Amino acid sequence: MPVVDQAGRKIWQRRTRGESLARWAGWFGLVLLIAACWRFIHGQTVWEFVYDAPYQTMDLMQRSWPPDVAYLGALARPVWDTLNIATLGTLLAVVLAAPVAFLAARNTAPSRILRGAALLTIVSSRSINSLVWGLVLVAVFGPGVLAGILAIALRSIGFVAKLLYEAIEEIDPAPVEAIESTGARRLQVLGFGIVPQVLPAFAGISVFRWDINIREATVLGLVGAGGIGIQLEAAKDSLDWQRVAIILLLILGLVVISEAVSARLRKAAS
Amino acid sequence: MSRRTGLILLLFAGYLVAALASLEIDVERVAEGVARGGKFLGGFLQPDFASRWSDVSSGMLESLTMTVVATLAGLLLSLPVALGAARNMAPTPIYLACRAIVATSRSLHELVIAILFVVAVGFGPLAGVLTLAFASVGFLGKLLAEEIEEIDPAQLEAIRATGARGPQRLWYAVVPQVTPRLVGLTLYRLDINFRESAIIGVVGAGGIGATLNTAFQRYEYDVAAAILILIIAVVLLAEYASGHVRRRVM
Repeated sequence: MPVVDQAGRKIWQRRTRGESLARWAGWFGLVLLIAACWRFIHGQTVWEFVYDAPYQTMDLMQRSWPPDVAYLGALARPVWDTLNIATLGTLLAVVLAAPVAFLAARNTAPSRILRGAALLTIVSSRSINSLVWGLVLVAVFGPGVLAGILAIALRSIGFVAKLLYEAIEEIDPAPVEAIESTGARRLQVLGFGIVPQVLPAFAGISVFRWDINIREATVLGLVGAGGIGIQLEAAKDSLDWQRVAIILLLILGLVVISEAVSARLRKAAS
Repeated sequence: MSRRTGLILLLFAGYLVAALASLEIDVERVAEGVARGGKFLGGFLQPDFASRWSDVSSGMLESLTMTVVATLAGLLLSLPVALGAARNMAPTPIYLACRAIVATSRSLHELVIAILFVVAVGFGPLAGVLTLAFASVGFLGKLLAEEIEEIDPAQLEAIRATGARGPQRLWYAVVPQVTPRLVGLTLYRLDINFRESAIIGVVGAGGIGATLNTAFQRYEYDVAAAILILIIAVVLLAEYASGHVRRRVM
């Protein structure tokens, strides 16, 4: 611990002068960065519109009340599509993610090259938002439910595979060893030693991702990838705020219900 | 297998059949799409950074600045919310109010929040900052509240025994216990905010999303590929840097 000698009196200090200077410089740099960022955003903002915000918000609320309840009937099909996008997308992702996870886990990877490829797949799937995947797939396959399902699947592979391979790396090695000592082959060890241990985690992860995907599927339509987002986009662009309001309420209900279902299923799985 | 699981599986199989039957897949369009997919992958092999560089660079700069400001604002706003949403810290009415804030923020998708903020404050990055900050409050508030609920009560009691008042108890007993986790969560949220900033531009809330959307609408796959490569690069860089910082703090 550094000591400062001040006119014969020794004063203990927590950090050396160099350390505290470095810390001070670090904080100063951070403040400078934030100030610069704020300045940039300030420059890009039309403040007249911002001062207007309370009025605009009140106006928006008035115009979206009462929600257009009669429109609910026309929303049945979009809600069904949204549900399908989330569920089928999650299923596809789960099927594809399982082998990727086994290739990526240190204790089950057959080779280092395959492990690297699996980890790369996981990272690229995870770092791109499902809406960006939606943009890509709408451009490729045209607008519709198919693009949405694939967008959800592509984004979820990385998520499911990452959590699953972490679960595989944390298994108890004793059962695996026991199965190996019976002379079982690789696939048999996998099926009888490893899979039973990670199955509950796998189920939990899949349901958890399904819950997230419901939320994502509600907005995928904003980029044309099917589901209730298409109606949201249409209502928003025609400034029909009463319809926007009923759609948002419906989305909120959908998310709350899916969260409750997912919580119950996860409790049953664990 | 119990009868109940069998029934659930049967219902699920029925749902699957109905869902798959209701898919309307235009086979011709998909076949055409596969060729286009090839073109898109070709774009990835030859990304075009040059021809729209001024749009791309200003979009990226906007995304990055939005991320920084929104994460800071979200962090500052989430601290009181997290404290209120921790059952061992707050009286019941405050607890319920803060939990309600967290639940609202978490159940609305960023894109939906962005639509509302764009109406309120106009197009541009400020709407994006507000959106990301609002979403960060729910995320950080929830996870930090859970952390506060799990602190070691012995330390709190020891500080209380010295006669410390509320704020002092908070500063000397709670803050030191949750700071490492708070740093980790903030860095994680920084990463998420950047990824989200890449899409909220689709509805006019600033950032690289608008440029990306335009690139796809013009079928400029090489420009889109360049943007996606930049996004992945920044995410990887941020992950590497935050791993470094986290190791030093914890």
